[in-house]
Amino acid sequence: MAKFSLPANSRIGEGRTHKAPPGAKRVKAFRVYRWSPDDRENPRYDTYEIDLDACGPMVLDALIKIKNEIDSTLTFRRSCREGICGSCAMNIDGTNTLACLKPIDEVKGAARVTPLPHMPVVKDLVPNLDQAYAQYRSIEPWLKAESPPPPDSERRQSVTERAALDGMWECILCFCCTTACPSYWWNGGRYLGPAVLLAAYRWIADSRDEATGERLDALEDPFRLYRCHTIMNCTETCPKGLNPARAIGRIKQMIAERTG
Amino acid sequence: MANGGNMMMRSTLGRVRALGAARHGLADWWGQRVTAAALVPLSVWFVISLLAHRGADAAGMARWAGRPWNAVLLLALLIALFQHLALGLQVVIEDYVHGEAAKLGTLLAMKAALALLWLAAILAVLKLAFAG
Repeated sequence: MAKFSLPANSRIGEGRTHKAPPGAKRVKAFRVYRWSPDDRENPRYDTYEIDLDACGPMVLDALIKIKNEIDSTLTFRRSCREGICGSCAMNIDGTNTLACLKPIDEVKGAARVTPLPHMPVVKDLVPNLDQAYAQYRSIEPWLKAESPPPPDSERRQSVTERAALDGMWECILCFCCTTACPSYWWNGGRYLGPAVLLAAYRWIADSRDEATGERLDALEDPFRLYRCHTIMNCTETCPKGLNPARAIGRIKQMIAERTG
Repeated sequence: MANGGNMMMRSTLGRVRALGAARHGLADWWGQRVTAAALVPLSVWFVISLLAHRGADAAGMARWAGRPWNAVLLLALLIALFQHLALGLQVVIEDYVHGEAAKLGTLLAMKAALALLWLAAILAVLKLAFAG
């Protein structure tokens, strides 16, 4: 049955507080989820007080400042710091987003920072995304065509055909949407989740792809696709402003279309 | 979860692919929407009819329900309602009851209970329709 409370070893306790340096004028507290596989302790919130006058504008800037200047044991993923790699996806102030795109001043009061929800935690803010990556692999996210490409050029698309991919190619696979989806929380082992279904539709909608029917076949399943109950958390949370819920709706529509 | 216990040495991709796609689910999804759409006018008609018969006695209601068009619409309402109810509860059970045996048992029990209620309701309408 569904579990409605956290197991005893997952309950989050109160950790250390690192005070702001004396003389700091604009102080912001960050309550950051900490858990390490190396000790046998429960997760905890550590509080770091940051002088905003000595920190960049984004939440990622604050996390990097914490790691550089206050507590080097804090672990998180980051790379591009400009919203294109998807590494720093985490839950900030109750919403999944990219720390590098989230301005600190959009968060009222103390900023609570936790890993992406409902994924196994590797350490601190680093979730294990193996299952989501395998689900992405399972939809075969590459062009499938039997017709050979023209010998002297790439496969061509009209402007309209290319435009059909807008709103999908921009996905950076940060999995903010998938880990915000209650249906994925309850049935993530079988439901593919919004990010992967958006990626699946990206290939279904591609005019150069010749495996549309097979792709729909592979999705027509009560769990893989139809666990989507149009909750819309995916679209609400996407840090790139994309609409996975609409892509999922289109897939359902196409599966319906081919029967009649 | 992703890395599982030490009993799960199968690759993550193998676990995700699992038994493959059921090639099923469209009918249930579509059925839920069609019955929902059908329930809108049928429920409005039913509620308005009940309001119009405020204060009527049992015999009066029985006569109303037994008239051919009323009986037809009542049967349509019951079919749409029970179909919609069964599909909706099925989704709830599939969402929240994990473990194949528990899920199958709950689904069968739910469908059996609804089938009996449904048959009883239809029989009641038919009795009224054929009484007069």
